[in-house]
Amino acid sequence: MTKSNLSLSRRRMITSLAALSGAAALPMPAWATGNMGRHGGAAVGKGIHELSGPKIDLHIADGRFATGGRSGHAIAVNGTVPGPLIRLKEGEDVTLSVHNMLDVDSSVHWHGLLLPFQFDGVPGISFPGIKPGARFDVPLRLRQSGTYWWHSHSGLQEQMGHYGPIIIDPAGPDPVAYDREHIILLSEFTPMHPHAIMKKLKVSEGYFSRQKTSASDDYPLSAEQRRMWGRMRMMPTDIADVSAPTYTYLINGHGPEDGLELPYRPGERVRLRIINGSAMTFFNVRLPGLPMTVVQADGQNVQPVAVDELQIGVAETYDVIVTPNAAGAFAIAAESMDRSGMAQATLTSQPGRKATFPALRDPPLLSMVDMGHGGMDHGGSGDKAGPAMDHSQMDHAAMGHAMPEASPASGHDGHDMGAMDMSGGMNMRDTSLLPASVKVGPGIDMVSMNPQDRTGYPGLGLEGVPHRTLNYRMLKSLAMDHHKRAPDREMELHLTGNMERYMWSFDGKKFSAVGDDPIRFGHDERVRVKLVNDTMMAHPIHLHGMFFELVNGQGHHQPRKHTVIVQPGSSATFDVTTDEPGDWAFHCHLLYHMHAGMMQTVSVAFPEGAA
Amino acid sequence: MRPSREALYQEHGGMQLFWFQGDRLEYRARAGEDGYLWDVQGYYGGDINKFWFKSEGEGAFGEAIEQAEIQALYSRAIAPFFDLQAGVRQDLTGPKRTHAVIGVQGLMPYMFEIDAAAFLSGKGDLTARIEAEYDQRLSQRLILQPRAEVNLSAQEIPELDIGSGIDNIELGLRLRYEIVPEFAPYVGIEQEWKLGGSRDFARLAGEDPSVTNYVIGVRFWF
Repeated sequence: MTKSNLSLSRRRMITSLAALSGAAALPMPAWATGNMGRHGGAAVGKGIHELSGPKIDLHIADGRFATGGRSGHAIAVNGTVPGPLIRLKEGEDVTLSVHNMLDVDSSVHWHGLLLPFQFDGVPGISFPGIKPGARFDVPLRLRQSGTYWWHSHSGLQEQMGHYGPIIIDPAGPDPVAYDREHIILLSEFTPMHPHAIMKKLKVSEGYFSRQKTSASDDYPLSAEQRRMWGRMRMMPTDIADVSAPTYTYLINGHGPEDGLELPYRPGERVRLRIINGSAMTFFNVRLPGLPMTVVQADGQNVQPVAVDELQIGVAETYDVIVTPNAAGAFAIAAESMDRSGMAQATLTSQPGRKATFPALRDPPLLSMVDMGHGGMDHGGSGDKAGPAMDHSQMDHAAMGHAMPEASPASGHDGHDMGAMDMSGGMNMRDTSLLPASVKVGPGIDMVSMNPQDRTGYPGLGLEGVPHRTLNYRMLKSLAMDHHKRAPDREMELHLTGNMERYMWSFDGKKFSAVGDDPIRFGHDERVRVKLVNDTMMAHPIHLHGMFFELVNGQGHHQPRKHTVIVQPGSSATFDVTTDEPGDWAFHCHLLYHMHAGMMQTVSVAFPEGAA
Repeated sequence: MRPSREALYQEHGGMQLFWFQGDRLEYRARAGEDGYLWDVQGYYGGDINKFWFKSEGEGAFGEAIEQAEIQALYSRAIAPFFDLQAGVRQDLTGPKRTHAVIGVQGLMPYMFEIDAAAFLSGKGDLTARIEAEYDQRLSQRLILQPRAEVNLSAQEIPELDIGSGIDNIELGLRLRYEIVPEFAPYVGIEQEWKLGGSRDFARLAGEDPSVTNYVIGVRFWF
């Protein structure tokens, strides 16, 4: 049985290992001296140690990670996967020192932190990277609070364990009241080398899926629907590019067989800081029998909203409050979106008492809505307020594939594709619908015919569940929006791809093809960016260096986020004030999509007169 | 900064890969002497431009190799699901001819994999070959693969025993089990017919123009 290293009460701050890093007189642990050994070297610890204080040292080194009978090479930071929790306080100064003990370049990106661009940690965009044996110091004055995380931005190191949480406590009173907190850092482990994963994705479509349609499956698809998918050369099961059993899903570095326990006392308000630090996995998070009140999204406080389940995209964070009043054990179940596996931990009032975990639900399927042929508004549960933007409606009845107004398509109980006339030879790739900014080529296998704003959609597979789910339209920032200016200008960016060739790009141009031609913003512009997803996959799009306001119909309470999921075949829109000068990365946070080219540089001009 | 910038661009979308596939490596049991067949291909390159190579050949045990060839092609992605391929083919048996090759390879609607090419030999003979395969998953690992191949010739080529028109047709059905996706043994049956002039050449040579092969083999890639 493993107990959490992070069972701290709010009033009892643990300084823990922080003292070690500064005190050279003390015997240094192996990870701090670089003696972790080469591949197959020292065993990597699990769980989350806390570091705080004005100087924080991170040592990146090789190690060997094991869970549930599998083991393999990992990159550990300060000897653990995940690496340490960096706990800071708003308004204070800190120096983050990153020591690279690997024999390859490395980096740390501080995901969600506002800082000068040269410290953002993206090799090739914000700095040259950290050479083997070198140290990189990041001096920061913290001008925000909330739950964030950090991770490598070099190669595919993030997949190998190079990530950890950040908590910045507010300078003043925390608007969120809680008695105890736990980090729930979701990630994956695989003994397979990420370069091997990348190659298999490139050469063998659907390689990692064990849930494909077959002559013996029990998916609720008619023969006609199966033929339609075949005709389009696409698979309705193309939901997660990499999944279980290749991945073992982790919470705070613990696989399901590690039996992670997180304690509580009955009656406490427990704050769960949920961070999706995985490379490729969207998770459906729930604690059966225990409602969650969402209080923060991407580190920004939101008006409390009660749900029973939420889907969290890669790189997003949600803070939720749960209040277990009675003694017992609750399952913290984080099911992968494709439902091939689950990350598990137990929230328990009695050490050793394990929760009963729910079984994996039936895998969901993509539908025509995910191909941009939706005509309806996925209002989802809860708030029905529509987004502020206008969406031209097409006459679907005239097109011969009208959908009933009722339940959305997809999910085992609501496949509406049968209601549509698919026999008309619909063009899945009408490139005349694309703006001139999109480069049409083999890298685009689909164009959304009628992309809808689906910020009211709870995420694939959650639209039919019999309890409350979260969607973006339910997120209202706690504070009023300070940027009340209307956008100075609008831009539209298309998320493009080819599933078969595993090509991913913005506007049909891979990062390797764009090179030194960034997306340029003036200083302090107010820009409305509409992201149109011309693929069948949900992409978590992350902008470095600045928060944006998600255009979700909440007026001056639109939530500020650093990462937005753009649902398949649909659009999402954000407004951003470009007040952070410098070059910033902008990319899909699915690691292998980014690596395949779905990335760009955003260059914000320095204010006039600045040196 | 510049080198790390170039490395970043190259890393994010500029990946070059090597892939090798043994599509069919099989033992063929049939009336008369049993035989063997190989059909391999591979490439090196990026998303759009690749160097592609192919080799296939067959023969009967205890005899000289009946037919063998190797192709070296430049392959360029011209559509989401199709590559245009052009290059040379060298025959390794018989009159050892060299051909110019132009063809397309890709995925047709309904998930048919297709490889169609035209060959112009140094002697001026024009031939063509169309291969199509379809993978029907019976389960996540068990896959039934119908396969068809048609060889065509624009003229009679007596020294190769090929008549003009349809030279031959092969229809096969292979059942493979993917132990892992990269390695799948299979069993199957393949029927080959020589037609028209080619059939006459076969009969003259005392061969049966219709042959049924019972095959056992392995499909792999890395």
